Amino acid sequence: MKIAVCVKQVPDTWAEKKLSDSDKTLDRESVDGVMNELDEYAVEEALLIKEANDGEVVAVSMGPDKAEETVRKALQMGADSGIHIVDDSLAGSDSVATAKTLAATLKDQGYDLIIFGSESTDARMSVVPAMVAELLDLPQLTFASKVSVDGDAVTIQRQADYGYDEVQASTPAVISVVEKINEPRYPSFKGIMAAKKKPLESVAAPSGEPVGLASARTEILEFAERPPKAAGVKIEDDGTGGVKVADFLAEQKLI
Amino acid sequence: MSEVLVLVEHEDGKVKKVTLELLTLAQQLGEPAAVVIGSGVDTAPLAEYGAAKIYVAESADLTDYVVAPKVDALAQLVSEKSPAAVLLPSSAEGKEIAGRLALRTDSGVITDAVGIDAEGICTKVIFGGAIIVKGKIVEGTPIITVRPNSVAPEASPAAGEVEQVSVSVSDASKKAKITNRVIEEKGERPELVEAAIVVSGGRGVGGEEGFAVIEALADSLGAAVGASRAATDAGWYPHQHQVGQTGKTVSPNLYIANGISGAIQHRAGMQTSKTIVVVNKDPEAPIFELADFGVVGDLFQVVPQLTEEINSRKG
Repeated sequence: MKIAVCVKQVPDTWAEKKLSDSDKTLDRESVDGVMNELDEYAVEEALLIKEANDGEVVAVSMGPDKAEETVRKALQMGADSGIHIVDDSLAGSDSVATAKTLAATLKDQGYDLIIFGSESTDARMSVVPAMVAELLDLPQLTFASKVSVDGDAVTIQRQADYGYDEVQASTPAVISVVEKINEPRYPSFKGIMAAKKKPLESVAAPSGEPVGLASARTEILEFAERPPKAAGVKIEDDGTGGVKVADFLAEQKLI
Repeated sequence: MSEVLVLVEHEDGKVKKVTLELLTLAQQLGEPAAVVIGSGVDTAPLAEYGAAKIYVAESADLTDYVVAPKVDALAQLVSEKSPAAVLLPSSAEGKEIAGRLALRTDSGVITDAVGIDAEGICTKVIFGGAIIVKGKIVEGTPIITVRPNSVAPEASPAAGEVEQVSVSVSDASKKAKITNRVIEEKGERPELVEAAIVVSGGRGVGGEEGFAVIEALADSLGAAVGASRAATDAGWYPHQHQVGQTGKTVSPNLYIANGISGAIQHRAGMQTSKTIVVVNKDPEAPIFELADFGVVGDLFQVVPQLTEEINSRKG
């Protein structure tokens, strides 16, 4: 079984994220990058499926030079090889261009499963997995809280507000996983050493699709820091704290 | 005037509140036309909140497979009606439909808007609430998903003329079959992202049993219950109630954070709430920076007293 797992480098949660004044895209250079947390679950799920079914796991990432660190982390966790799509022309790509770039890179490479985390912590759109399924004409098995693979049959539990749907499809398929589907492993010392020798290929943006900021179908007109909240009231509970909250809520016409 | 298609979100035959909010927003952009995918939906609220047309597509094929058939239906309507825009709820599925529809119709997509003006300029709050961005779609039909609680729905009775739409679902869209739907017990409380009031508990709640006081306060207010990641990771409350960067983003009128320190992870999911009340025994907890009203105290004293007070004032 050949599995691609798509990983994204995102700014560390605790880093201050900024838009650049010049082109209004996320400034990825000035912040520490980490593997998108939900993608760790995707890598783990890919490794679990590989371990149960044999095969190989290829980690794929699109991003600037330093996104290679994130591909490397997937290799340290246990992926067999990596592909880093790196090209100046990709900077500023919107979700459409990102999905097209990933789809063109993944197409016709014999992947049985393409696994994503369900959302990145920077853009938080959660649309790319569904878009890649659309572009590659593959079944969309997204928001999975459980994945079962049996031969070429794949079944997932698709999380929803009401509970979940059981969804069935045949490989090849696109999967996205939610938090808590598994416990992502930490790279072991052995894994870190082994990763140094694993193949990691840098590839350019596939030709033929307009990508990058100029191709974006959305335009940022302006941005501003959200004004800080005016300082509120803060009291010590003197035994009537609950009543005082109720008074405040009544004043605000919230009760 | 061009139509603005609004994808209706419904459950058990009832239209959800976010749909009425979308219809209210749609009126600025054109003539609202509701799109109902699925059968047995009560369409009366759609007309009451401004839908001049109601397109109803009922075939079982549309709901037996994941997402793709709904994209077929909307793509067909976009092609037939050339709408000024398509608005969808910012639910997980709404966003996925929007993304695929953008590809299908060579359009741009914006997700998680919290406002749209008459020119179609969308407001978004990004990076955990730190930055407000205005943007627009510059190619194709604007496809926009809107977060619940972005506007107050306004009644605006319209014709609500129902038109049955027959959609041919392609074989390509029947590749991920829904074989079973499991509805988990959720009781009478409103859904977290839609709720006007959210009462949340965190590490300070101390355990699974502690959530009883959080739930009692929520019930006194008709609120949904949320939890911080510390609480869901510890297994004190179900994971789907997690508010934060890796959980749900909520923007209710009132958010009451109890025993939550306010790590950036949590703030990312709630700091656009309109009014924030905090109860925490640590006066240094960063969550107080967000509070309109904060009480430094033991939540097991303050919260039950508040619950009792609310219940008695309702009397």
